[in-house]
Amino acid sequence: MSDGTTDTNRSGGLGFAVVGAILLVVMPLLNLLPPEDSWFHLSDFSLNRFGKFLAFAILALGLDLIWGYTGILSLGQGVFFGLGAYCMGMHMMLTIGKESVYGSDMPDFMVWNQVKELPFFWKPFYSFPAAVIGALLVPMAFALVFGFFAFRSRIKGVYFAIITQALALAAWLVFNRNDTNLGGTNGLTDFKQVLGYRLSEPGTQRALYVITVLCLGATYLLCRWIIRSRAGRVLVAVRDSEKRVVFSGYTPANYKLFVFVVSAGLAGLAGLLYAPQVGIITPAQIGVLPSLEMVIWVAVGGRGSLAGAVLGAVSVNYGRSVLTNYFPELWPFILGGLFVLVVLLFPDGMVGMIRKGKSLLTQRKAAEEKPAVPDRKVAVSEGKR
Amino acid sequence: MMISLRHTVATLGIVGLFLLFGPSRAIAADGPVTAPSTSSIEQALTQLTSEDESIRDAAIRVLISQGDAGLVPRLEGIRASASRSIRQAIKPLMDLLKNRAKLASPDSDARRSAATDLGSSGNPSAIPWLDAAKVNESNKWVRYTMEESSALIKLASDDPSTKLAAAEKLGELRSGNAVPALKALVEAGAVAEATEQQKVLAKVAEAAIDRIETWGDWANAIETIFRGISLSSILLIMSLGLAIVFGLMGVINMAHGELMMVGAYATFVTQQCFTAWFPPDVFDWYFPVALPVAFLAAAGSGFLLEATVIRFLYGRPLETMLATWGVSLVLMQAARVYFGDLTAVVAPGPLRGGAQVLVGVYLPYNRIFIIALSIVCVLGIYFALFKSNLGLRVRAVTQNRNMSACLGIPTRKVDSYTFAFGSGLAGIAGWVLTMVGNVDPGLGQNYIVDAFMVVVTGGVGKLAGTIVASLGIGGLNKLIEPGLGAVYGKVFILVMVILFLQWRPSGLFAMKGRDAD
Repeated sequence: MSDGTTDTNRSGGLGFAVVGAILLVVMPLLNLLPPEDSWFHLSDFSLNRFGKFLAFAILALGLDLIWGYTGILSLGQGVFFGLGAYCMGMHMMLTIGKESVYGSDMPDFMVWNQVKELPFFWKPFYSFPAAVIGALLVPMAFALVFGFFAFRSRIKGVYFAIITQALALAAWLVFNRNDTNLGGTNGLTDFKQVLGYRLSEPGTQRALYVITVLCLGATYLLCRWIIRSRAGRVLVAVRDSEKRVVFSGYTPANYKLFVFVVSAGLAGLAGLLYAPQVGIITPAQIGVLPSLEMVIWVAVGGRGSLAGAVLGAVSVNYGRSVLTNYFPELWPFILGGLFVLVVLLFPDGMVGMIRKGKSLLTQRKAAEEKPAVPDRKVAVSEGKR
Repeated sequence: MMISLRHTVATLGIVGLFLLFGPSRAIAADGPVTAPSTSSIEQALTQLTSEDESIRDAAIRVLISQGDAGLVPRLEGIRASASRSIRQAIKPLMDLLKNRAKLASPDSDARRSAATDLGSSGNPSAIPWLDAAKVNESNKWVRYTMEESSALIKLASDDPSTKLAAAEKLGELRSGNAVPALKALVEAGAVAEATEQQKVLAKVAEAAIDRIETWGDWANAIETIFRGISLSSILLIMSLGLAIVFGLMGVINMAHGELMMVGAYATFVTQQCFTAWFPPDVFDWYFPVALPVAFLAAAGSGFLLEATVIRFLYGRPLETMLATWGVSLVLMQAARVYFGDLTAVVAPGPLRGGAQVLVGVYLPYNRIFIIALSIVCVLGIYFALFKSNLGLRVRAVTQNRNMSACLGIPTRKVDSYTFAFGSGLAGIAGWVLTMVGNVDPGLGQNYIVDAFMVVVTGGVGKLAGTIVASLGIGGLNKLIEPGLGAVYGKVFILVMVILFLQWRPSGLFAMKGRDAD
């Protein structure tokens, strides 16, 4: 695996600008300008779908921070994603107003379940700023409490993974219930508008796409800033040898808690952007399996590399959306195979493969330039993961 | 042994039933010549179709007191050609006669259901039958039902003293079935214009209800504890293999649930083979035969899994989790594609049904079997770990891998065998899970997170930790389920586990010392 600091070198800035320009300018223009039958035309559906993938990429960045850089495997990211998406979803449910099937001010499923009065925790979500802040703060607060107890008692490694998985299962069960007033199995759907803009309009979706790209860019910069900061170095050190970090006088629990809360907030942000673009959020998106799938995005793209996380989230989801369309029965085989293959053969994912290819091309040059010391450093981190 | 014995009993029961009904049918077919009080019965039979209700009722009374089950086919014939009101009048008569005959059936279940039916029919003429049958009854629970039914009928009688005695008797019997009738009596006594007798009766009824309900709470508690132990046993059988491998290799096998599924499907396939190739009377033997099949199938899969995936990930537990999860996805989908979703295993004869141990406490045989099996598994593992050569090595490698390797223990081989053994235990868990649910691809998923929690709570490397943790989690689960509901119960348990880990970060019985990290 890469050291974490080496991959964000100077050339990263150029790449960031190029990718940013393509995502932010070229793709919406391809959707807007060429005529519909042109080969270059990007359909509304494709752009919307791509926006969803980019929302997932935000989550993958957060997961990469905690897993790739800090070495903590959280199998409960789906929960934070779900909390964010549900906060936004609740707001959009409330703004449906009289347009709902039953024509009531209450969300449809509450009418159906004969809930007479809006539950108290729904009330703040009438306001859009409250929904946005909630989508970020609720997952973060939840992660803060959960992480505080988990890291304080030095739950780590496999134990932490299992506990977070149990969290995902528990959250899935709770969101599935009707009496929690979160829509039960059917989740929240049938959204009509956000801030007065109709969600069915292609323009609204285009704007949502642009907002998603901007958020992704900001997230990327934030993550890069964290990684390059002193705290980021401690995080990598925690991954490589937590004991030495303790001996050096740091408190790893605080750093872990920090990165866990940040990753939860990013998952919430991803959920916030996901809900209006996809138009539905159900418990099926937050359970044990979705949470694990999120891990595989990062693994496929390349752990410990921010670009890898984005690349992985987009490519795995693209592959999923294409393959489930043509061979629905095959997808679990491919997903399972990816888990095994990536872990066994390509521990550094696509980014690792690209790097390997590069270094093969410039092997001689690299051999001359690289002294022996960094090699040993890599070996240490390799062994301790 | 047990299987053949029960089988014989069942066969005897069928033969007995035939002996009972066969000849009586023959008599009915021969006509009235052989029957003793032929003339009155014959007369009543003809009067049955009379339009006059009083004549008809008298005829029914005669038939109830003098007739027997042999009349049923003839009544059937009369019924077929009769009008609606007559059909309705004859139906209870037939049921009474049939149930009376069944009271003497050699099958205790049949006797019992007959007694229950007679009790709910409320017909006073059944009282002497029940009291007579009770005297010679050998089965405790059938006798109980007969007493209960007789008291239930008496409770509806017009005579206050009989009523009083019946109410007292039902309280003594702690009969849950009597509560509605008793409650009606209490209500009748509470009305302003109630007679003195009714008031006395209400008091007695109230006392009886109180007794019954107190007992009901106890019975509930006992059944809850039993369910808790039974769930704990399932968790225990599942977690044992998982915990041993975790202790030895530091690896949580996320495909453990799917190895259970392999065991369950092995059982299913064995059953299919038996239905296809063996005579039906040895069908029940498929279940014991499936045990080694399930064990070997799962152990073989585990061996392959270790050899192809896990051995390359040594020392990287998180990667192992992900890779094994991938394997589990593939296995699950493979089962779904190959077997489809609707496959079930028929429980073998001896494990069907249950035993009544106390009034209102009913313990299913399959659950008892699971509890017994978990005890056997624990003992087996204890001996394997502490009395065998391989066990000694496993313990040595668990404690200190490098030191063991220095002393010449082939740690790689120990890993491989232990993993296969742990997977085999998963196969056994799958085998026994076919008793409590369908065989479907999601079989492993239902319990697996709980099993992980057991391993995490129990700690590494100690059998006792796993046992205590599964008893704790399983028991707690069933204990709070009635109050909180299944979902919040699960959430509650997660919170409890996290709080528990505050106190004991690496489980109940953690490894101490330098190697603990």
